[in-house]
Amino acid sequence: MSIEVRNVDKRFGDFVALDDVSVSIPTGQLTALLGPSGGGKSTLLRIIAGLENADDGTIEIEGVEATHLPPQKRNVGFVFQHYAAFKHMNVAKNVAFGLEIRKRPKADVERRVDELLRLVHLQQFAHRLPAQLSGGQRQRMALARALAVEPTVLLLDEPFGALDAKVRKELRDWLRRLHDEVHVTTVFVTHDQEEALEVADEIVVINDGRIEQVGTPDQLYDEPANDFVMSFLGDVTRLNGVMIRPHDVDVNSTPVDGAVVGTVTRLLRVGFEVRVTVTAEDGHDVAVVLSRAEARGSGLAEGATVWLTPHRGALTVDARPAAGVSA
Amino acid sequence: MARRRRPSRAVGTLNGPSALGLGVALIWFSLLVLIPLAAVVSTAAAGGWDNFVTTLTNDQTQAAIRLTVVQSLLVTAVNVVMGTTIAWVLVRDRFWGRGALNVVIDIPFALPTIVAGLVLLALYGKQSPLGVDFANTETAVFLALAFVTLPFVVRTVQPVLEELELDVEEAAASLGASRLTTFRRVILPSLVPAIAAGAALSFARGISEYGSLVLLSGNLPFRTEVASVRVLTYIENGNPAAASAVATVMLVVALLVIVLLDVIQRRVSRRG
Ligand SMILES: Nc1ncnc2c1ncn2[C@@H]1O[C@H](COP(=O)(O)OP(=O)(O)OP(=O)(O)O)[C@@H](O)[C@H]1O
Ligand SMILES: [Mg+2]
Repeated sequence: MSIEVRNVDKRFGDFVALDDVSVSIPTGQLTALLGPSGGGKSTLLRIIAGLENADDGTIEIEGVEATHLPPQKRNVGFVFQHYAAFKHMNVAKNVAFGLEIRKRPKADVERRVDELLRLVHLQQFAHRLPAQLSGGQRQRMALARALAVEPTVLLLDEPFGALDAKVRKELRDWLRRLHDEVHVTTVFVTHDQEEALEVADEIVVINDGRIEQVGTPDQLYDEPANDFVMSFLGDVTRLNGVMIRPHDVDVNSTPVDGAVVGTVTRLLRVGFEVRVTVTAEDGHDVAVVLSRAEARGSGLAEGATVWLTPHRGALTVDARPAAGVSA
Repeated sequence: MARRRRPSRAVGTLNGPSALGLGVALIWFSLLVLIPLAAVVSTAAAGGWDNFVTTLTNDQTQAAIRLTVVQSLLVTAVNVVMGTTIAWVLVRDRFWGRGALNVVIDIPFALPTIVAGLVLLALYGKQSPLGVDFANTETAVFLALAFVTLPFVVRTVQPVLEELELDVEEAAASLGASRLTTFRRVILPSLVPAIAAGAALSFARGISEYGSLVLLSGNLPFRTEVASVRVLTYIENGNPAAASAVATVMLVVALLVIVLLDVIQRRVSRRG
C-alpha cells in the first residue's frame, strides 16, 4: 500500500472535520476521494500532503512514517483547484521550480522541463506567463510542475473544478491516459460521482468526516454499503420502504402480487428515456425510468393505474441510515 | 506603477468613454502638476544660467541638498525593510493589539507636520524623557523623515499581501521550497511593485519634508539644514530664481529615483 492513513482525527475548533479516518491507498493506482461538499475530502488530502496537521492518527507514505514530516520532505506532488501558479514566472520556470530548488544541473532541468511540457502538451507555451493561458492549460502546467520532482504520490484537489463541463471531461480522459503512461500513485478529490466512476480505479467515499465505503467503481455502484453511498452514486427512488434505482422498477399494467399500486401522475420524455412519476396509494411518489420502447409497449398514459415491482435481481437498500445491503 | 503586460490590446483605439477619461485625467494632471512644475523650471531658467550655477555651487546649498538626498535615501531603505515587515506582521500574524497597531500606523501621516515636529521635539529633544538628545543633529532629520514616511510602504504592501493566495505558498512548500526560498522566489516578486511604489512615495515625501523636522533639526547651515529650508530662505531673501534652481534640482532627483525604482522593480519582479 502506498499511503496508509490510520485513525486520523481533525477538528477545526469544535467542528469535527475528520473522525477516526483509516484508509489504504494502493500503489500505482488512480484513487478518487468522492463525497459531498464539506465532507472532509480536502482536509484528508491536505493532511496526507502535510499542509495540515492531524490532531490524532498517523500517515505513512511508501512505508515511510510521515505524520510529522513537513510538506517539503514528503515528496508529494499537489495540484490545487485554483492552479496556484507562480504568476510572475513563465510556464517553463513554473515547471522548473522544484528542480531548481533541488539544485539540479541546468542542462538536466532544461531537458526535464521540455519532456514534461511535451507530456502535458504545452511545449509551444513554454515562454508564456500563466495569465496568458486558459484554465485547462494552467492546470496542465500545474500538473507538470508537480510531476517534475518525481513525487511518490500525486495529490489533486478538485483539479478540474474550476473548468467548464466540456474542458473538464476532456481533461478527465486525458488524466486517465496520462496516469496509464506515468503510473504514479494518484489521489484526486472530486464531488462529481460521474467523474469518479469514469476515471478512478478505486473510490473512497467520504461523508461528514467519515469513510462510508472503499471499493472499485463497480463494487460501489452494484454493492453500496449503505443508502448514502447508493444515493450518492446515482439516482434512487423509494419503493415499499426500500431504495432502488428508478430504472430497476418494473411497471405492470395488470395486477401483480405484492406490487405497489399507484397512478401515473407525470410522464416526461427526455431523449431516449421516459421518466414516469407514479403516485402510490399511500401518497408518496415513485420515480421510474423506462426506455422509449418499454414505455410504448406498456401503453402508459397519465392517469393510468399501474402495479410497481422491483426488477428481478435489482439492487435495493433499506431506506434507513447506515442500513446493510439486502438485494 | 508598472503592471505586468496584459494581453495586448491595440494601442490608439480608445473607445468613447475611455478617451474621455484619458482627456479628463490629462487636464487634471496638467493643472495640478505639469503647469506648476513648468512654472518652477521656467522661473529657474529666467534667472539665467549664471544664477543657476551660482546657486548650485554655493557650499551651503550643496550641503543642504546632499543632506536631504542622503537622509531620504537612508529613510527609504529603512522603510523598505521595516514597512514590509510591519505589513507582513499586520497581515499574517494574529496578536493582541493588532487592530490598534493597524490604526496607529497612519498617525504620523495624519498629523499636521508641525505637530509631528512638536512630538519629535518632546520625545528626542533636550527634555527627552528617553534621556537622549538628538536636537540639532543629522539624526534629527533622519528621525523626522522616518516618522512621517512610516506608513507609505506599509500601506502599499499590506493590500497586496492580503490578496496573495496561500495555496501558491503551499505549492512551493510541497515542491520542496523552504520558507525562506518561498519568500524570496514566490512572495517577494509579487510584493516588489508595491514596495517600489511605497519607496517612491516615501522618498518623495522625504526630500520635500519641512514642517516635521524644522523644530528638532534646528536648521543649522552645513549641518542640519535641508533643501526645503534652503528654498524658503532664498524666497525670504527675495531671490525666487535661486529658490527655483534648488527646486528644479530636487525635481530632477525625484524623477531619477522614481525611474530607478521602476527599473529595479521590473527586474526583480520578472526574475522570480
Ligand atoms: N481552515 C479551516 N478552518 C475551519 N474549518 C475548516 C477549515 N478547513 C476546512 N474546514 C471545515 O471542515 C469541513 C471539511 O472541509 P473540506 O474542505 O475538507 O471539505 P471538502 O470535502 O473538501 O468540501 P468541498 O467539496 O466543498 O471542497 C468543512 O465543513 C469546512 O468548513
Ligand atoms: Mg475541498
